[in-house]
Amino acid sequence: MSSLPATVLDVFNEPGCAKNANKSQAERNKGCTRQLQPGSAAGGCAFDGAKIALQPFTDVAHLVHGPIACEGNSWDNRGSASSGATLWRTGFTTDLAETDIVFGGEKRLYKAIKQIIDKCDPPAIFVYQTCIPAMIGDDINAVCKAASQTFGKPVIPVNSPGFVGSKNLGNKLAGEALLEHVIGTQEPDCTTPYDINLIGEYNLSGELWQVKPLFDELGIRILSCIAGDGRYHEVASSHRARAAMMVCSRAMINVARKMEERYGIPFFEGSFYGIQDSSDALREIARLLVERGAPEDLIGRTEAVIAREEARARAAIEPYRPGFKGKKVLLMTGGVKSWSVVAALQEAGLELVGTSVKKSTKEDKERIKHLMGQDAHMIEDMTPREMYKMLKDAKADIMLSGGKSQFVALKAAMPWLDINQERCHAYMGYVGIVRLVEEIDKALFNPMWEQLRRPAPWDGRADNWQTRAMAQLDVRPIEIVADRTLTQKTPRARRICFCNTVDLGTIEDAIRSHSLTSVEAVTQHTPAVGGCCRRRIEDILAGRPISWWPATLQAAE
Amino acid sequence: MVLVTASKKACAVNPLKMSQPIGGAFAFMGLRGAMPLLHGPQGCTSFGLTLFVRHFREPVPLQTTAMSEVTTVLGGYENVEQAILNIHNRAKPEIIGICSTGVTETNGDDVDAYIKLIREKHPQLAKLPLVYVSTPDFKDAFQDGWAKTVARMVEVLVEAPATGTERNPAQVNVLPGCHLTPGDLDELRIIFEDFGLQPSFLPDLAGSLDGHIPDQFTPTTIGGIGIDDVARMGRAGWTIAIGAQMRRAAEAMQAKTGVPFRLFERLCGLIPNDDFIAFLSEISARPVPSRYRRQRGQLVDAMLDAHFQIGGRKLAIGAEPDLLFDLSSMLHEMGAQVTAAVTTTQSAVLEQIKTKEVQIGDLEDLEELARTRDCDLLITHSHGRQAATRLKIPFYRAGFPMFDRLGSGHQLSVGYRGTRDLIFDIANLVIADREENHAPTPDSWRNSTLPLRGGRRSSIDSTERSIA
Repeated sequence: MSSLPATVLDVFNEPGCAKNANKSQAERNKGCTRQLQPGSAAGGCAFDGAKIALQPFTDVAHLVHGPIACEGNSWDNRGSASSGATLWRTGFTTDLAETDIVFGGEKRLYKAIKQIIDKCDPPAIFVYQTCIPAMIGDDINAVCKAASQTFGKPVIPVNSPGFVGSKNLGNKLAGEALLEHVIGTQEPDCTTPYDINLIGEYNLSGELWQVKPLFDELGIRILSCIAGDGRYHEVASSHRARAAMMVCSRAMINVARKMEERYGIPFFEGSFYGIQDSSDALREIARLLVERGAPEDLIGRTEAVIAREEARARAAIEPYRPGFKGKKVLLMTGGVKSWSVVAALQEAGLELVGTSVKKSTKEDKERIKHLMGQDAHMIEDMTPREMYKMLKDAKADIMLSGGKSQFVALKAAMPWLDINQERCHAYMGYVGIVRLVEEIDKALFNPMWEQLRRPAPWDGRADNWQTRAMAQLDVRPIEIVADRTLTQKTPRARRICFCNTVDLGTIEDAIRSHSLTSVEAVTQHTPAVGGCCRRRIEDILAGRPISWWPATLQAAE
Repeated sequence: MVLVTASKKACAVNPLKMSQPIGGAFAFMGLRGAMPLLHGPQGCTSFGLTLFVRHFREPVPLQTTAMSEVTTVLGGYENVEQAILNIHNRAKPEIIGICSTGVTETNGDDVDAYIKLIREKHPQLAKLPLVYVSTPDFKDAFQDGWAKTVARMVEVLVEAPATGTERNPAQVNVLPGCHLTPGDLDELRIIFEDFGLQPSFLPDLAGSLDGHIPDQFTPTTIGGIGIDDVARMGRAGWTIAIGAQMRRAAEAMQAKTGVPFRLFERLCGLIPNDDFIAFLSEISARPVPSRYRRQRGQLVDAMLDAHFQIGGRKLAIGAEPDLLFDLSSMLHEMGAQVTAAVTTTQSAVLEQIKTKEVQIGDLEDLEELARTRDCDLLITHSHGRQAATRLKIPFYRAGFPMFDRLGSGHQLSVGYRGTRDLIFDIANLVIADREENHAPTPDSWRNSTLPLRGGRRSSIDSTERSIA
């Protein structure tokens, strides 16, 4: 059993991660986690990430070993759906009190496990470690092992205390727990040549069920979904699948890659967002299965289903196209989802004025460029203030984003739609994309907007809060990505590297006097770090306008 | 005599309780231009933030010192320093409120000393108020975090008036408990103003989390009571504290400024509001405005209309002590029996609850009690939704968090009018439940072993049987 620091390092070294593969050895040793900035950090902790990744296993008891904050403040807040078991929605916590912290919480944890087994008798218990027991040295591995032996039931330690890192790291640590303690520990009741695993799919709002009927029709069996609507027995026997799809998320890439390594299960990365992506994913699954020995007619049957579903979806979207003509969308979402949604929206005739690429890899960005053309406005990071200006300046008609930025749009009286994990509609597959188009239509053409934008009777027409807010923005010199003309006239005093405060002039001079051509050379001749400023230095070297000013940092100076 | 018992389970199942630090942060959200800061790992903040955002459906300011494993070992001084400087530079707040968490309490960070050092090192912070409250996760609950924080605000931010300063008898300090909604505070403000009094609420969530559209984007709270107004609270004629949790803050106010206080343990129900209105009439030396005479009549009529539904109901209620006392007392006075009561933390007010036993426990305890004692009305926060589905009894959502319904910030329970509306809401739930689930069928009278619910129960009989 490897120690937590060793596991964390192992996860950071993940060769399957595209971001990691592009890094130098020195960068890789630093790990993926950006150093968190006290006072300006947002986002969940590693425990949060681990819980998100595993909680969708529906028949498992999820026991949080920690004080009330970890479970009491967060339980039953995820939108995953279950087709049967409800135990996953029950909140279990040891609710550590002061005396437990003084005397240690291991006994309490053991008793808690016993209490759950006596009362609920689940097929397994996942025990989540949190910061305080990790600090006082509670050994959850040992407690889980002892409990497993005594009660004859899998008790799985998930060693992911919040303070070791970000949510994303937590996802991966959860994956490690599955690999170490769960996958391959049971055998499936039967196997077929059509068995697949879905990895990193959480069945939010039951969206998996929008795709599952197609699998059923083709005779493809989801042996295990990790973790949406999953069962313990399924994941424990998931090593017998013929192929795997990593769904729309790199969160669990370590699981997909190590299952390939250990059990020879080939995987691909795909998504079910958008018509094209759904078709691609189905094709790829069919291809992999046939490659692994499934009858060849699967490919023909899959093509038939794809043709039928595409035609149906296009026909359903068609009536919306005239109304969407000329409507502009601002897309603010993280990660790989960006390009799948971009394609989907264009299919409906919407025009994209910008998309965020904060969590996207290089290939993702290339794909977006390919889809949206060179004019694509790729946004790295934005303050709410800038987002508001973007909404107004770029004359976007609707913003699609995660819940965090919803109030920027709504308080600016702009239509908005939730496309992140908290959303309450399912957008997966061919059915889902039609649903997304319907929702955009409802949001865009709601008659309410016009009333809301009218000033109150006691406000003069020119003096409402929106115009005041805009006036304030105009005074503040904020560059926006989209504003290419501005960035071309970049003053030499502009900061390029924020870690070591190096300005554009210094870098330009170094490039000129030493005829530098690579980022590494620039970092040798100037104090620039080449970490977060890498892209900006690349832009300078390539003679491109510098694509992004971190306005938050600029403002902070 | 009420027996207060604590759960002996090793494992809390379906927690009712939320942690102290976010209760503290919640109090800071009632100050204008404030940035609450949790000293701990970022997850503590993230979970709290999600709760508040889902409850209010508003942007909520809440920051973290982002403690990592390493800084936890080395001590959090640098994180506190950087967080304060970062927030000061970017958000330009009028005040930063800092609450500790379990992690930083376990490793023993002395934040008061840190703040002293930080102030010495960074003279630009000289005028920025920094209020620190110790709120470990592993002790007490949400309500305690709020109460401690308000008391601390009084100690730090209120100025002791110079001797000989004239008091302004029309100025009234109001210290509301965390069980009151922004809507409740607005209702109280109208009542005070109708008596010609000028209330200052500490904290004033009605200014920040009432859902208004702000004039400009600000990363801090968009309203609430200003620091300067808090400082002037020492000149008020009276302090009115609402909820037993606020006794501590009211006593701190009296100790520091000499302003006398009156504690109203509850403001839901006929008699408590009679006392309240009479008191306002007395301190303002004004007769009760006709509006309240009419509202009292309306409440009396609402009680007459609704006692058929509420009388005899067996209530299962899970809430923090003050809310538990407030709602259960009102319903008891309407003829309901407080059959199962579960709360989060110790409080003097628990002894006054009109029941035999109050358990400090979780929602599993409440569900089991409700099932074994055959309760037919459930009141708790949104996390009770699973239990309500299983129990198949009417469920009224009250308290924090309420993430699966809209308008939680405007749900009223104070005043004659608020009580009236609350009574109607609960009675309507009972009516809907009877129509949907308990309509009589030819067989419902035949099988006498079936427990009969809802419509058939006589309210008067049950009231007389109810626990004394």
